[in-house]
Amino acid sequence: MTLMAGKLIGAPGQRRRRALIGGVAVIALTLPFIASSYVLSVVTLALYLAYVGQAWNVMMGFAGQLSLGHSLYVGLGAYASAGLFFHYGIGPWAGVWLAVVLCAGAGAFIGFLAFRMRVSGVQLSLLTVAFAELARIGFDHIERLGGPGGLFLRVADRSRIDLLGFRGPPAMYYYAILALVAGALGLCSFLLHRRAGYYWRAIREDEVAAASLGIDVFRWKMRAVVLSSAMTAVAGVFFAFYYNSLFPEQIFSFGRSIEIVLGPVIGGVGTLVGPIVGAGAVVLLGDGTTEILNRLGFDVPGAKQVVHGLLLLLVTIYMPNGLWPPLARALGFGPRKV
Amino acid sequence: MPALSHLANAALSGVLTGTVYGLMALGLSAIFGVIRLVNFAHGELMTLAMYVAVVVFQGLALDPFLTMIGAAAAFGALGYVLQRGFINRYVGRPEHSQMLLMIALAMIIGNALLLGFGPDARNVQTSYQLDSFELGPMLLDKVRVYAAGAAVVATALLAAFFRLTLTGKAIRACADNPLGARVAGLPVAHLYAVTFGLGAASVAVAGCAMVPLIDVTPGLGPGYTLLAFVIVILGGLGSMVGALLGGVVIGVSEALAGVLIAPSAKSMVSFGLLVLILLARPQGLMGATRR
Repeated sequence: MTLMAGKLIGAPGQRRRRALIGGVAVIALTLPFIASSYVLSVVTLALYLAYVGQAWNVMMGFAGQLSLGHSLYVGLGAYASAGLFFHYGIGPWAGVWLAVVLCAGAGAFIGFLAFRMRVSGVQLSLLTVAFAELARIGFDHIERLGGPGGLFLRVADRSRIDLLGFRGPPAMYYYAILALVAGALGLCSFLLHRRAGYYWRAIREDEVAAASLGIDVFRWKMRAVVLSSAMTAVAGVFFAFYYNSLFPEQIFSFGRSIEIVLGPVIGGVGTLVGPIVGAGAVVLLGDGTTEILNRLGFDVPGAKQVVHGLLLLLVTIYMPNGLWPPLARALGFGPRKV
Repeated sequence: MPALSHLANAALSGVLTGTVYGLMALGLSAIFGVIRLVNFAHGELMTLAMYVAVVVFQGLALDPFLTMIGAAAAFGALGYVLQRGFINRYVGRPEHSQMLLMIALAMIIGNALLLGFGPDARNVQTSYQLDSFELGPMLLDKVRVYAAGAAVVATALLAAFFRLTLTGKAIRACADNPLGARVAGLPVAHLYAVTFGLGAASVAVAGCAMVPLIDVTPGLGPGYTLLAFVIVILGGLGSMVGALLGGVVIGVSEALAGVLIAPSAKSMVSFGLLVLILLARPQGLMGATRR
């Protein structure tokens, strides 16, 4: 009876939900035709952050393993694909595989060391930071990849679409990152409602209890970190071919790792839509402030980050579960706890 | 291979810098050991102290080693208020939530400095900037010796406080068993605030001592935060002796790596050490095996 009632009450919610998803999809698909190039670039950045946030969320949000060094995988993925392209003219469609394998390998290596040695909590976070920092210093010394001076890809011919070489107008990159966000959302949603999702969340809530129920904690934590790093690798490839310039000091920096964390934390750790909502809020408020200040004639580096910090502070204090859960309730997405 | 005296000189100056690092890490270690708070804003507090020293020097021509005393008092008060009025409310939160809170504070402090002072490096030129002490074949920069001296004095004062005063003993009781301390009627909120104040004061002294040695930029924060963590993990989270020892180890290894490998390899050694220590001896060199 309660089930029936739930269904009956849920019906109009279901319709509203479909309408909302449809509306978002229509806007997302037609955006390059209606928005200015500035808006498009800002939305592309937001989608990029949403995608890496989604990837990070697999490790922290689902499996409860806090990484503060995800810039490592962005950087490795970016340098792998950009290096192949720069030196051998091998395009990103091949490069992405190298990037994914490399990052999954790095993730597996770090995960293996950490989880075998039972490193967790603060120590695990610091370990991930340490590896990202080591990569930053290491890549500063790889002359073939430009060292500290940076690696630059020939800037794309913005008028022609070259799908094979992944060079083209901003709209092409926009659709690519949109597809990645949609794909990641689909994948995470799929996993979350399967065995993997239940195992991961059991581990996140209580590792010992999960192990006592027969879950191979080590294996499932490894799966989370490998999937998360492999997904992040693809973001790195996108980054390399969209921005065309890579500097170890920037791409591997601690600040970038924090930037990756911001979206999902502000949107809602462990939720499916949270990373997207959070990334949107981060970019909207951060770049919005910069843009307004610029229009008023102020050029203030750091203003954006102060806004990010305030946003993070306020959300951590007042909405520890992130923006999405209350927003979802308000939009009639029901009290589903995912 | 550089000459032995050159190496010894580098090692000795590493010991001196390491002592300042140790004091900085001591603040982090006390905050973690007592409040169980992972202070990701530690490096930003240090940078803030450095800017205080720079501004005071530029405005009043006051030597950073004198500014240090006032800065320690001011940061102590600031730390007390920050913990009492704000952070105390979030002490019971899950670890990652606390970390994010402190990261948010760090972002605000660091970038507010960038907003206020711009990205350019600033430094302090004292009259004895280039002087040095001769110790047999070795030359020691005066500023470095003074910095280490200040750090040693501050550390000794801290140690005396924790060992000899009633408040210090109460804080140690808090660290050992927060619930027991509460049951015994200790004012835990006040003690936590004192601890954060002391941690901030150590950072203020370390920051002022560091100013004559380096160029100050708003972006120094995360580097110092990570360095402090490396040292504290190396020495053992919560161990005071360990923090000091870790600081010296890192100071020396950075100095030697700078001479033997390349200046840019400095932090590689410390992060390498961090990885090794986390994997092989997570309780640190001096940390007791817990749990």
